[in-house]
Amino acid sequence: MRIFDPHIHMTSRTTDDYQAMYLSGVRAVVEPSFWLGQPRTSPESFYDYFDALLGWEPFRAAQYGIAHHCTLALNPKEANDPRCTPVLDALPRYLMKDNVVAVGEIGYDSMTPAEDTALAVQLQLAADHDLPAMVHTPHRDKLAGLRRTIDVVRESALAPDRVLLDHLNETTVKEAKDSGAWLGFSVYPDTKMDEDRMVTLLKEHGPEKVLVNSAADWGKSDPLKTRKVADALLKAGFDDDFVDLVLWRNPVAFYGLSGRLVLDVPEPAPEHEGNTILRGAPKSAPDGR
Amino acid sequence: MTEPSAPTDLRAQLDQHLEEPARTWLDQALTEAAAHRESADTRPLPLWERRFAEAGRRCGAEHADSVRVLLLHTALADPETLNRMYAQGTGVERRAVLDALPELVADATALPLVEDALRTNDTRLVAAAVGPYAARHLDAHGWRHAVLKCLFTGVPVDAVAGLARRARGDAELARMLGDYGHERTAAGRPVPEDLSRVLALTAPTTDGPAGATGPHSPSGKES
Repeated sequence: MRIFDPHIHMTSRTTDDYQAMYLSGVRAVVEPSFWLGQPRTSPESFYDYFDALLGWEPFRAAQYGIAHHCTLALNPKEANDPRCTPVLDALPRYLMKDNVVAVGEIGYDSMTPAEDTALAVQLQLAADHDLPAMVHTPHRDKLAGLRRTIDVVRESALAPDRVLLDHLNETTVKEAKDSGAWLGFSVYPDTKMDEDRMVTLLKEHGPEKVLVNSAADWGKSDPLKTRKVADALLKAGFDDDFVDLVLWRNPVAFYGLSGRLVLDVPEPAPEHEGNTILRGAPKSAPDGR
Repeated sequence: MTEPSAPTDLRAQLDQHLEEPARTWLDQALTEAAAHRESADTRPLPLWERRFAEAGRRCGAEHADSVRVLLLHTALADPETLNRMYAQGTGVERRAVLDALPELVADATALPLVEDALRTNDTRLVAAAVGPYAARHLDAHGWRHAVLKCLFTGVPVDAVAGLARRARGDAELARMLGDYGHERTAAGRPVPEDLSRVLALTAPTTDGPAGATGPHSPSGKES
């Protein structure tokens, strides 16, 4: 089984997670830039973070046989802090990088005027850079937030079929689908969606343009949720082709709109020891490469 | 370094492997880089630097390194430009800047880039950092730690330019390698094969004084 997790914050995860994901069938991830839990106070903190998403994190992922791409943006929460908004001016030099497959996560948090501006500006940046956009729908006041998001997308230069609306659920799926956008569902241990509800939702609404992700980050979350959804789908009677469509071909099609996806990552390298991310290899492991 | 890095070699190699539309894209990108050399493009993002960023998706990840190095050569990127492109670069872009240093920078002004790369744990950058530019300019202390880092992180020491020349008669490097080997043995772990290879290279030449550090670090001191 091959799995593409189209939304996971690997910066917050360990190498054990990478290994477990690989063993579960995960071969590709997209890491959207987002809030780090602790608010940032200067644009430079964002640039170091973006550099890590374009340098260290893909390197780390490749050690475990996983292709890593990212989406970059000023997230809606921090778009409200004027100390962070200069990030919008620096984004063009980042959006031209090969590993950037969308502008994101953008969208709404508290639906403020500053968030309106950041969303509109960044949808335009996506259009200018020939990139799709990954738009998160708010956790609070979700349906109203979705409607406002769809309105802003309609007014933008970006076609709805180049937009992924994420963190959807039973209350927002229909209007999101009617908008013509791609549909993202985050599966979490306690909040957002769960495996069984995901199965029910797919039975009802079909697999077209549907992406399932773990959205795993620094909070209570599970980087293997994509595999758990795949197993739940098979158990519910869906076939391998259906699972492959939702968990591989759909995310490949959406992020492939960037023209920048490279999915052929070599098998994990043999373990090497010393002060690297693969430190602590068993004593019997061959040294060097 | 086994890859050809002279501009003519890179161009010949790319001409042989690239197909359309990558070939036309490269011609255009190189023309832009050469034009930049004639009249400096002062826009925030000069055109050829955009081409540098998009080399992977235009020519394929397997050719991106060569294309980027060739663009840097063609634009005759100065140390200030190289510094900025490294600082704003992705991992693979930084690797290309490091690969271009021996051709583009005669003195030691770009050494901070090599030192930055050697501080990372990204083995792609560590391997690119220990090329001919480091062999030429890294001081004895920094160079010894670079060799040791290669052994630690599993970068084959074949990547270290000028290894035999700089290792010859380096008693301090021999001591560091011996200590590392001892630490490995004490932990019940195997000693990297490359370690004994480098250790053998530290033997003084028969006609030179024992403990000499070679012609490029005449003081023999750590800085």
